[in-house]
Amino acid sequence: METILNIRNLSKTYQGGGHTLHVLNDINFSVEAGSTLSIVGPSGSGKTTLLGLCAGLDRASSGAVELNNIRLNELSEDERAQIRNRYVGFIFQNFQLLPTLTALENVMVPLELRGEKNIRPRAMELLDKVGLADRVHHYPMQLSGGEQQRVSLARAFSNAPRILFADEPTGNLDAETSDKVIKLLFDLNQEAGTTLIIVTHNLELAAQTKRIIRIKGGHLVGDERNN
Amino acid sequence: MDRDRFIYKKKLNFRWLLLMAWRDSRRNRSRLFLFVSSIILGIAALVATFSLGDNVRKDIDKQAQTLVGADLVVESNKPVNPKMRPMLDSLGDQRSEERTFASMIYFSKSGGTRLVQVRALQGDFPYYGALETTPVAAGKGFRLAQQALVDKTLMLQFNAQVGDSIQIGEVTFAIAGVLNKAPGRTGLSTTVAPPVYIPLKYLDQTGLVQKGSRIGVNFYYKFNESSQVAEVIKDIEPRLEKAGLDFDTVEDRKRNTGRSFEDVNEFLTLISFIALLLGCIGVASAIHIYIREKISSIAILRCLGVNSVQAFLIYLIQIVGIGTIGAIFGAILGTLIQQVLPSVLKDFLPIEITAGISWPSIGKGIALGAIIAALFGLLPLLSVRKVSPLYTLRLSLEPARSFRDPFRWLVYLLILTFVVVFTWWQVHSWIQAIIFTVSILLAFLVLAGIARLLMFLVRRFFPSSWSYLWRQGFANLYRPNNQTLTLITTIGLGALFISTLYFIQTILINRVSLTGSGSQPNMVLFDIQSSQKDSVALLAKNFQLPILQQVPIVTMRIEAINGKTAADVKKDTNSKISERAFEWEFRVTYRDSLTDSEKLTAGKLSPRVKYPGDIVPISMEEQYAQRINVKMGDSILFNVQGALVPTVVGSMRKVDWQRVQTNFRVVFPPGVLEPAPQFHVLITRVPSPEVSARFQQTVVRNYPNISIIDLHLILKVLDDVLSQIGFVIRFMAGFSIITGLIVLIASVLISKYQRMQESVLLRTLGGSRRQILIITALEYFFLGALAAATGILLSLVGSWALARYSFKTSFSPDWWPVAILFIAISLLTILIGIFNSRSVVNRPPLEVLRREV
Repeated sequence: METILNIRNLSKTYQGGGHTLHVLNDINFSVEAGSTLSIVGPSGSGKTTLLGLCAGLDRASSGAVELNNIRLNELSEDERAQIRNRYVGFIFQNFQLLPTLTALENVMVPLELRGEKNIRPRAMELLDKVGLADRVHHYPMQLSGGEQQRVSLARAFSNAPRILFADEPTGNLDAETSDKVIKLLFDLNQEAGTTLIIVTHNLELAAQTKRIIRIKGGHLVGDERNN
Repeated sequence: MDRDRFIYKKKLNFRWLLLMAWRDSRRNRSRLFLFVSSIILGIAALVATFSLGDNVRKDIDKQAQTLVGADLVVESNKPVNPKMRPMLDSLGDQRSEERTFASMIYFSKSGGTRLVQVRALQGDFPYYGALETTPVAAGKGFRLAQQALVDKTLMLQFNAQVGDSIQIGEVTFAIAGVLNKAPGRTGLSTTVAPPVYIPLKYLDQTGLVQKGSRIGVNFYYKFNESSQVAEVIKDIEPRLEKAGLDFDTVEDRKRNTGRSFEDVNEFLTLISFIALLLGCIGVASAIHIYIREKISSIAILRCLGVNSVQAFLIYLIQIVGIGTIGAIFGAILGTLIQQVLPSVLKDFLPIEITAGISWPSIGKGIALGAIIAALFGLLPLLSVRKVSPLYTLRLSLEPARSFRDPFRWLVYLLILTFVVVFTWWQVHSWIQAIIFTVSILLAFLVLAGIARLLMFLVRRFFPSSWSYLWRQGFANLYRPNNQTLTLITTIGLGALFISTLYFIQTILINRVSLTGSGSQPNMVLFDIQSSQKDSVALLAKNFQLPILQQVPIVTMRIEAINGKTAADVKKDTNSKISERAFEWEFRVTYRDSLTDSEKLTAGKLSPRVKYPGDIVPISMEEQYAQRINVKMGDSILFNVQGALVPTVVGSMRKVDWQRVQTNFRVVFPPGVLEPAPQFHVLITRVPSPEVSARFQQTVVRNYPNISIIDLHLILKVLDDVLSQIGFVIRFMAGFSIITGLIVLIASVLISKYQRMQESVLLRTLGGSRRQILIITALEYFFLGALAAATGILLSLVGSWALARYSFKTSFSPDWWPVAILFIAISLLTILIGIFNSRSVVNRPPLEVLRREV
């Protein structure tokens, strides 16, 4: 199968207060296109840093990140922005919707950025799929947490990404809403055939992906496949 | 890997950027407008001054002929050579003649006396415009009988009515009308000696024209074809010059009036520009906070694929857009203010100022607002390019701030270049533009330096043992999102500006008042004939007034210096002698001793010249000698009203011109000028305005030819003039102060959002309404008080330096107004701070959290 994400000898360090802080050390793994994967580990283990590097939000200190066969370390921030727009979707713990845009506009932004035409019907369709057809003109602050995360889901799938990164997607939601959002996430993902990478504490959620990578103290300590 | 397959040059979709800028500004537009409100007044002031300039230039063009009242004026400050008369009487198609001189008038009904400018007129002048009088017919009719037109200020001062009589010299005139306005005269130009018009044919009867009297002569000409004037001037100019006559045409007067107005307009524009620059600091500071609040949105956009240039442009469009809207509001306000300016400035200009809408000025104002909002917005906007998408994952990530960013320095350079170029555009001098920019920059830097020093000192010597409320109030001065730098700079500069204006006014008034205090002279009687000298001195003694000085004065001109006449000097391009030396009419005295205000710097004062034909050693004032390039030992031939007197420069004197007494550029030894036509000056001190009035009345009744300068009157006039000028300056400087206050309001409102969470947390933890109010009041008191104190202190230093080195006088400011200014600014700052924070203290914490955070 095709490899969508290839991580080789990846390390990330931060300089501060005269010390070097090693956040990630020599991480290696690759992800097949269309698969689902969870990155789990305790707080401060480096999960979010790893997600940021994989998605091209940050640059590695050493090693390589290849996304869709593009080596991200060689690209400038603006070039990585193009890659994100073309191939990547995001879901965040705190939803990260643009507060001054309506639900519909939030979903349309990635498509507008690509310069696509007739995007409104597609955005409406996605919002309909997440059950928000009657809330399209509401601003984020007028929506509940679950609704905001559903808008976020619709936005993440709007540009038909090849890979979707979700950072604690249910971290800010109650149990009942979490279940609904997770179901929706997996349904949409299956329908679109997107690669899904989830960073989570939630082992129940992790168990729903086909593969689990465990991180501890910046080291990759486990790589398991679920049946 | 084929990198190019994935990375393509993305086109900037400007339409989408506009759309995003519009969307992103939702819910922020009122706040954005608040940010740019600081530049509204600056733009308003500029549009008002631009419009005024535009209108006055048009008005000068339209009313050019009424500035002179004729097509050509030939002027002389001495009697005209009779040989010139035939030529002077042949010019133009219509002509008028006028003699002008200072004299006292006596109001028969009230017994009041006053120094006036008598203008004895013959002919139909003015040919353009009119002598505006009440009743209207008097402007022309007064010439037909023994009648006078009296300036309206005089009529009011002496409560005189049309039909009353005045005495000028030995002639009594009926007041035919009140003179409201004469061509080319400003309100201010007539305050010391208001004009009184009489028919020329009665001048001789007044007995005021005597040999040695200082009488000016004006010939006014009207040409049926105005285009002839230039040709005529070309023909007669050499002859006029030779005879020492000046001339003035409509074009000359237009140019001169335009030039004087441009000076005033430049000054007002620069004051307005300072208000705008103050507002810009407010804009930059507000945008800085706005962008900090937008970091999360920018990071989301970056995650979704927006590149750094697109993100930067989205916010630049917002700033320029809102800056333009602010500038449009400013331009509307400026156009409204411009309707008021003509009435504020009417006494300064000799024309009727109209207040039409000036579209070019409005256009300039709006363009300026957009440019300046963009320029000052660029500084905080640069950080948008550096916002990392990683911020979406890590909320604590600090935005990158780099002073090494070359674009930051480029923006500083752009701002400085803009200020220099804009100033040059106003003053047309690169040196002045650079001096202005550097001065403003220095003031900003000093104030910013003091603000930073304050933050450092508060941190370094933090009063840890003080109560919590004081500590919290102090800590707010340096904690993140503090407004210390912005507020101290803007309010401080406003305070500096206003207090400097006040101090300069005080220095000028004090300087004149000092000369009139103590035993210093305060009254000067001049034009005393030799035959009246002793009796006038006796009259003064009868009034128990001291004779502080009584000196003879002889008028003369220089005929030759070291054998070279004016014509020789003009021909000789290598001559260092100034041509102006020959144009000047000297008023000379003779004595063999120095006065209190003089010091010898070279040679010695000559004793009496005993024999006719002896060398006459004269004494010259050294600065004037330098100016006309005359040295010790040079020979000077004087023309004493027709008689040529050869002299040699025998001594040089340094003169303190600031004393109220007679001072002379040239002093002759006794024994030479005694037979020459001369008049005398008597200087005395009157103890009170009442004695002054009685004495003046008696002098004028008995010696109508004698003129009197009363220092009380001069002081009053100076005070009036300075008050009027001060009002104009304060009116414009008011924009800076109000801008400072708007910046304060905007800063407080913006910082409210920053402080909201903290205050709510304090309230949640049990902080009372009173405690939060005290913390807020303390913080704003520190800011307001320090800003005001710094501004006033800088202004004191600047004013002291001005007084010491420029006005050469002592500087003793009145402290009460300074204290009032300090208290007013501090209180206003506290009030605005508390007023805008009231929503935090007056509502339950949860409600505030839901509504605002």
